[in-house]
Amino acid sequence: MGEILVIAEHRQGQLNPATLEIIAAAVALKEESEHKVTVAVFAQSPDDFAGLVAKAGVDEVVKVPVPVASFQNDTYEAAVLALADARKPAVIMCPHTVDAWGYAPAVAARGQFGCATDVFEMRFEAEGLVAVRAAYAEKLHMEIDFPGKETVLLTVRTNVFKPSEEDGAPAVTSFEAPSAEARTEHLTYVEPEQTGDVDITQAEYMLSIGRGVGEEDNVEEFKELADAFGFTLGCSRPIADNGWLPKSRQVGQSGKTVAKCKVYLALGISGSVQHMAGMKHVPNIIAVNKDAEASIFTIAKYGIVGDMFEIAEELRDQAS
Amino acid sequence: MKILVPVKQIAVVDEDFELRDDGKDVDPDFLNFEANEWDDYSYEAALTIMEASDGVEVVPVTVGPDDAEDVLRRCLAKGGERGIRVWDDALEDANPAVVAQVLAGVAAREKPDMILTGTLSSDRSYAQTGVALAAALGWPHVAVVTGLEWTPGDPKATLLRELEGGLVEKLSVECPAVLTIQLGINTPRYASLRGLKQAKEKPVEELSLDDLGLSGDSLAEQASFRVRRMYKPETGQAELIEGTPAEQAARLAEIIKELKGAA
Repeated sequence: MGEILVIAEHRQGQLNPATLEIIAAAVALKEESEHKVTVAVFAQSPDDFAGLVAKAGVDEVVKVPVPVASFQNDTYEAAVLALADARKPAVIMCPHTVDAWGYAPAVAARGQFGCATDVFEMRFEAEGLVAVRAAYAEKLHMEIDFPGKETVLLTVRTNVFKPSEEDGAPAVTSFEAPSAEARTEHLTYVEPEQTGDVDITQAEYMLSIGRGVGEEDNVEEFKELADAFGFTLGCSRPIADNGWLPKSRQVGQSGKTVAKCKVYLALGISGSVQHMAGMKHVPNIIAVNKDAEASIFTIAKYGIVGDMFEIAEELRDQAS
Repeated sequence: MKILVPVKQIAVVDEDFELRDDGKDVDPDFLNFEANEWDDYSYEAALTIMEASDGVEVVPVTVGPDDAEDVLRRCLAKGGERGIRVWDDALEDANPAVVAQVLAGVAAREKPDMILTGTLSSDRSYAQTGVALAAALGWPHVAVVTGLEWTPGDPKATLLRELEGGLVEKLSVECPAVLTIQLGINTPRYASLRGLKQAKEKPVEELSLDDLGLSGDSLAEQASFRVRRMYKPETGQAELIEGTPAEQAARLAEIIKELKGAA
């Protein structure tokens, strides 16, 4: 019997809810193998999180005290490698998050582990673990395996697996990780700027613009269109990066999740994974895009393959 | 003082593509090649440092076949005096763990003081190569950097790291370091016509695995996964609204009205 080792993630005292999704994925994987599921909690006070990850199907929670309050890649790398050395897990899983981007590939390289990132399907077959991830801007999927690898590290896509509501009664153990020389130092967190602007997480109706808007001067007409329909104006990353709209209007992984949104009108947005992370849950997505192959059409309820400016102009006439 | 900037030629698939005979990738006839968007930002970050101090060299490096030279010329048109391209047929289908080993070989030769990579590439989106390279070198590293303050020679750099939900972490890192640069850290410049012309004359050094003391066979053992197959996934498809723009907009206005009315 081997082990599936899940690395819990937390920040600013809060467990990242994606950890519970990844635990659910690990428990599902366990059901088709002989492996047990262990969740490792790296924290100054692991007790703060140990209870939160004790979900149904988890066999063991291992508390790993570390000297840093927030994520530090050298510390996490040393701790995961030491745990892996002690336990020889078949699979190590963590959420595909910014923290994981910062240390998981280094762990895999140093441990000579199999490694796949942004995985959203996994199963055991006769020859071993098989994982599925996307390629070419989500247009294809790639099925991969890990011949000859005793341990495989997977970073697992978030918002895919449904967390279990049910609590379990795992064994609780402790593990002393070796001290690591931390070569980065956390200074502070910079909270998103409070611009006094609208809070798009509360908006029910949104009109979002993307790269297709072309130039800064074109933004105003979409602001007016949004107002005319009583919609809140949002945007994809390039628009906020260019400073054409405040960062507080950005929808997506590094921006906001529009949790209350009922209707989302996406104009000139191709639909990157990062953007979709913030809006794909919206029940009524309407996409206008010149590119019939744009990913956004795979999650939209209604689509118009066309020029966002032409449609906007006609829409404006409809509103008046 | 030197900054090494690994850049990548990425592939975009045509609308109606076909797979390669082995089913493990798209037939190259259906691929269009471009520069990776993230690399515009990492290269700009390096040029910014170069221009603020004397005696800083910026060297773009790529691991790719002959036509990948284009991404180096594109960089050199913006600044920098020379580029490096590494290739061997054994690197066809190389995964990020392998590319990281090759780049580590280049770093061992070039002895840079800082390495700036893109956070990820838009074709495979592994988000692995930069951090795996840092591990191969044993260097400090930080991923997803959206702010960088560093003067060449400083033992530490001050960084911003972009987290989820609009949160940002300010941190410092010991140098030399490998930083993976995120979109939005700067506004990448465009190459001037003059720059493009000059770039054609700048040297691009071509290195083989031999030159780096590496072999295809031993690199193959470093692969961290194997592709079994690629396939087109079943995806949802929006109900398309057809007609003239006026008709489409009218139907759209109707749908919006219905949806708002029902809510």
